[in-house]
Amino acid sequence: MKYWRKPLDVERIKVPRGKVYLIEERCKGCNFCIEFCPVGVLAASEGFNAKGYHPPYPQNEEACTNCGLCEVICPEFAIYSLPRDGKEQEPHE
Amino acid sequence: MSQVEKTTVVPLKHPRESLLREERLPHIWCSGCGIGTALNCFIGALERSGLPLDKVVIVSGIGCTGRAAGYIKLDSFHTTHGRAIPFATGLKLANPELKVVVFSGDGDLIAIGGNHFIHAARRNIDMTVICVNNFNYGMTGGQVGPTTPAMAKTATSPYGNSEHPFNLPYLAAASGAVYVARWTTLHVRRLERSLTEALLKEGFSFVEVISPCPVYFDRMNRLGEGLDMMRFYRDSSEIAHGSDPRKADIELRGKIIVGKFIDMEKPTYLDFQQEIQARMEGEPL
Amino acid sequence: MSERILRGEFFMSGDIACAEGALSAGCRFFAGYPITPATEIAERMAERMPQVGGIYIQMEDEIASMSAVLGASWGGLRAMTATSGPGFSLMMENLGLGIMTETPSVLVNVQRGGPSTGLPTLVGQGDMMQARWGTHGVYEIIALSPTSPQEFFDLTVRAFNLAEKYRTPVLVMADEIVGHMSERVVIPEEVPYFPRRKPNFSPGEYPSFQPDEDLIPPMANAGEGYHIHVTGLTHDERGYPATDEFTQERLVRRLVEKIRGHKKDIIMLEEKGVEGAEVVVCSYGISARVSLWAVELARREGIKAGVLKLLTVWPFPEERVREVASKVKAFVVPEINYGQIALEVERSVCGKAEVIPVSHMGGALYKPEDILKAIRKAAR
Repeated sequence: MKYWRKPLDVERIKVPRGKVYLIEERCKGCNFCIEFCPVGVLAASEGFNAKGYHPPYPQNEEACTNCGLCEVICPEFAIYSLPRDGKEQEPHE
Repeated sequence: MSQVEKTTVVPLKHPRESLLREERLPHIWCSGCGIGTALNCFIGALERSGLPLDKVVIVSGIGCTGRAAGYIKLDSFHTTHGRAIPFATGLKLANPELKVVVFSGDGDLIAIGGNHFIHAARRNIDMTVICVNNFNYGMTGGQVGPTTPAMAKTATSPYGNSEHPFNLPYLAAASGAVYVARWTTLHVRRLERSLTEALLKEGFSFVEVISPCPVYFDRMNRLGEGLDMMRFYRDSSEIAHGSDPRKADIELRGKIIVGKFIDMEKPTYLDFQQEIQARMEGEPL
Repeated sequence: MSERILRGEFFMSGDIACAEGALSAGCRFFAGYPITPATEIAERMAERMPQVGGIYIQMEDEIASMSAVLGASWGGLRAMTATSGPGFSLMMENLGLGIMTETPSVLVNVQRGGPSTGLPTLVGQGDMMQARWGTHGVYEIIALSPTSPQEFFDLTVRAFNLAEKYRTPVLVMADEIVGHMSERVVIPEEVPYFPRRKPNFSPGEYPSFQPDEDLIPPMANAGEGYHIHVTGLTHDERGYPATDEFTQERLVRRLVEKIRGHKKDIIMLEEKGVEGAEVVVCSYGISARVSLWAVELARREGIKAGVLKLLTVWPFPEERVREVASKVKAFVVPEINYGQIALEVERSVCGKAEVIPVSHMGGALYKPEDILKAIRKAAR
C-alpha cells in the first residue's frame, strides 16, 4: 500500500487477510456478494452449477480482508470467509 | 495396474449452519429473495445474544417467511395463517423461561394476524416479532397485502392498489410495543445488531425487515431483480434513529426510513401476573 | 398450592364444576373469551388460576384462545378453553392444527340455540355433527357429553386424561342447561391422572413424530432440547413437511386409527334397562336426563323401554348400537336439534330396527311426555 506519510502504527496493525469458501451447489446467482463485497473480491464465474446459476469466484483473492459480509448477506448460506493464516479449512481427507 | 484410491472429501460447512437443518437445504426461497438474508442475520443475532438456545422457540405462520421455522434447528412451530402470535403467547405464558420469537411475513402478521399483533403489543407480552415485509403475498403468487404501497400492481390489484398501506413501525408503536425498528436486507450488520437488541429486550419487540420479492412484487412493478432492489435500498434508505414512526410511510419507489424508532421500558404481562401471584401467597382461599 | 384445589361436597353449577374439574385434573392454563353460556367457566378460571399458580388470559377472540391453548400445551401445561356455538365455529381451524400436530388440549362447548347468534341464553344441542366434522380434512375426534354438573366435573377430568393419552384435542360437548343448573357435586381427594408420555430417548436419537406401537408418539415439550419441528403441513416422522400422497396416507391414517383403534378404551356408555328392552332411548346431554324419566314412565305403562346414555358421543359407539339393534324394535333419539346423532344411530342400525328421532329446534327442554309419546309409538 502506498502511504503519503508512514502511519506510526503500521508495523503493529495487521490488515486481516481472508479466504473465501463457496458451497457452489447452494448458490442461486443473486449476485449480492459480488456487488456488495467492499473490496471487490468476487465476480460471476463463467461456469454453471447444477441448477444453472453462475456462482461467484474469487477473482481478486488477495484483497479479501475476512470482513464476513458475504457470509451474512448471502441468502443461501453458500459463501463464507475464514482467516487466511492460521488454521485453514480446505476440503480434506 | 496401480489402484487409484478414492479420497473422501469432507464437505464445506457454513459457520452459521449449526443452527440450520442443513438436510433441508437448499431452501425454497427464490433467487434474490431477501428472506434468506433475514434468516442469516437472525442466526447471527441468536449467537450474539448469548441466550440459551435450547430455550429459544421460533413460531411462524403461513407464507414464504413462515417457512423459516422449518429451516432453523431449534424448537420451531409452523402454525395456522395469522395465528403465530397467540400461539407464541400461550407458549410464553406456559413456560416463562422460553424465549419466544415470531418470524413471519407481512401478510400473515398484519392482515389475518393484525388483530393478534396489536393485542400482543398492547399486552406487552415478552416476545420478539420479526416481520419480513416484501409488500405482497409471495407464497400464493404475489397478491395485494396490507403493506402494498398505493397504486402498486399485484396479482389482485392489476390496475394498481386502491388502498393505503399500514406503516408498520407506526402500528407497532401505537399498539404499545417497547422496541420498534426497521431495516432492509441490505443493512445486514445493523439488522443483526438490532435483532440482538430486540431478542434481549424484555417486552414486545418488533423488527420490520424490508425484503425484495423478485419473482412477484418487484417484477410486477418493474422494480428489477433482487440485486436492483438492494441497490435501491442503498440509494433510497435513510437511517433516522429515534425519528417519529408516523413519518415512516413507504411509497412505491419512495424513500425508506430505517433505524430504531422506539426503545422504552414498560411492565410486561408476566410482571403484572407475578405481582398478583405474590399477593396470593398466604392469602386464604 | 395443591391445598387450593377444592375437595368435598359442593352445590355448584355445571360451568363451575367444569372449571373445578379442570383444576383438579391439573389444568394450569386457560385462554378464553366471554360467551354466554360459557362465560362462568372463564370467570371462575380468572378467579381460581392465580390461586393455584396457573395462568388465565382473556384473548382478543376465540381464534386466539384456541391458538394460545395449543401453544401452552407445547409449553408443557394442561390447557383448556371454553366457548359456545359462535366461538366453536371460530375455533375450528386451530382445532385442526391441534389434531394435525397431536397437541393435547381440551375444548369445552356449552351449546346454545343456533345457528348464528341464535339463543345465547337458552339450550341447544345443534353442534354435535360440527364436533365431528367441523374442521376441514380427514380426522377422528373424541367428544364427551355430560348430563349433570357432577358429570361435567368428571368428564372434564376424563377429557384431560384422554387428551394426554391420545395426544389429541378432546371436546366436551355440554349444553346451556347442564352448564347453568346447580346440583350436588362431589370432588374427590384425588382424580385419575394420566401423565404425558415423554420420550425415553435423547435429543437427536429418534424422529420426534415416530409413533410407539399404539400409534401415539411420545411428546417432548418446547424448551427441553429436542429441537422439534411442529407443522400443520402434512409431515413425516421427523416432523418435516412432506407434502406427497404417501406421507399423507401414512400420517392421516395413523391420526384416525390411533383413536378408532382404541374405541374400547375411549367409549363410555351408561345403560339402564337395555337388556330385554323393546324400545331403547339413545340420548346424550340434558336430553338423556329427561329420557331417563320418560323411560321410567314408559316402564310403568308396561313398555319394555331402556336408555342408552352416550357419555362419549365421538367416536360414535356404532358397535354397541348395532348389537342392541338386533334385539330391539326401535330406537328413539331425542336431541335438541333437527336430528344429528339420530343419523349416526340410523347408520349404525343398518335397517335392523326403526329409528325415531325426536326433534326440538332449541330454546327449551323436552317434557318427558314428548319422549314418552315417541316411545309409545315405537312400541306399537
